[in-house]
Amino acid sequence: MEQPEQLSFDFYREQPEIVRESRDELRLKLGRFAGPLDLLLYLIKQEQANIFDIPIARITDEYLKYIRLMKTLDISVAGDFLVMAATLIEIKSKMLLPKEIKEELDEDLEDPREALVRQLLEHQKFKNAAQMLYERTTVEQAVFARGRIESDDNNAETNASVFDLLTVFQKILARHKEEIQMEIEREEISLADMIRDLKKRIFSGKELNLLKFFEEIRTRRELVTAFIAVLEIVRTESVRLMQKTTFGDIIIKKG
Amino acid sequence: MDADIQEKQPRGIAELVSVVEALVFVSDEPITVKTLADVLEEDRETIEAAVEELKREYDERAGGLQLRELAGGWQLSTRTEFHEEIRRYLKTRPSAKLSLAALETLAVIAYKQPVTVPEILEIRGVQSASAIKTLLDKKLITAKGRKETVGRPMMYGTSKDFLLQFGLKDLSELPSIEDFEDLTQGL
Repeated sequence: MEQPEQLSFDFYREQPEIVRESRDELRLKLGRFAGPLDLLLYLIKQEQANIFDIPIARITDEYLKYIRLMKTLDISVAGDFLVMAATLIEIKSKMLLPKEIKEELDEDLEDPREALVRQLLEHQKFKNAAQMLYERTTVEQAVFARGRIESDDNNAETNASVFDLLTVFQKILARHKEEIQMEIEREEISLADMIRDLKKRIFSGKELNLLKFFEEIRTRRELVTAFIAVLEIVRTESVRLMQKTTFGDIIIKKG
Repeated sequence: MDADIQEKQPRGIAELVSVVEALVFVSDEPITVKTLADVLEEDRETIEAAVEELKREYDERAGGLQLRELAGGWQLSTRTEFHEEIRRYLKTRPSAKLSLAALETLAVIAYKQPVTVPEILEIRGVQSASAIKTLLDKKLITAKGRKETVGRPMMYGTSKDFLLQFGLKDLSELPSIEDFEDLTQGL
């Protein structure tokens, strides 16, 4: 199946229209709106409205209709679409205010739609730029450069005779002899041993400070074993963990 | 035959054009004038003249190949007219095109670079995270450090692969973003 990002699309085809179509098809078409600005541009075009004088009430209604439609179709409505809905409603309500009140509110007399129009125009520019890029890739896909040829870069094979091989092998052998071998034995304590030791200490003594216990341990590996051992004992044995003060040392003792 | 041929003689322009052609042919990515100049031990101006001459010859001949400037270098490639025959031979199909969201995001990055995710959001009006991931995966864009502002967001710019895939010699070859404004008025 194709990844959604790989879906090809056709810039020249009409923008999606809401018609009686199968649910899936409709969903696909709606999904094509790359974002709220896209949907908005489409609606403005659909309404044959002037972008510099958007009939905000009508467009807002249409926009909300789409959002509802997307919801009934179970298309997850991205937050961005909702933000735009809120913006549209805000603009609509601002425009409904009588002039006198607007002046009283001392708002600057900028058309409340202006910021949105600016954003739409900017978006449209980049949509056109995207189309230009789309056309360029289409052209580029019709151009082929020469394939790679064998060169030392991508083909490390070189001519070597059997004697070359022998020489190399001898060198390796010689180096092997020179190597001083030293084996270091790893001190290891199994988890079972660790649990047994720890149990002995908990049940013989009165209590054990876990911080002190961990500090006794020297290697990282052993520390991990010790930690697992503590978890295991807490889980299986009747012990109590106590912490007298916040961030204080943890004491383990038999329950 | 002349016995002195081994002596280093200044190459004639015809010879230079030929050897440049040979080098462009073997190079598996666009070869720069600088590389050609270094290999041939000639100065840049001489090489540039040779490349231009070679390009003129290819254009004049109008054969199956073209010499073009791409991503800061020169490349020999087939002419677009023959793509169907070539595909039939190679038995390949054009690779999947980028989605609308990815192309739009790429357009914003190409024109506004270096640009941050919030700045892209501002223009597109929509989150672009998955588109950015696709573009990064396809190596069309690269991270260009962080912007010294609140949250130090990552900045993105286009890559050399971008130039290659979109057939651009450099970013200045992109039409000016203002050129797209005229189309807008017709809305």
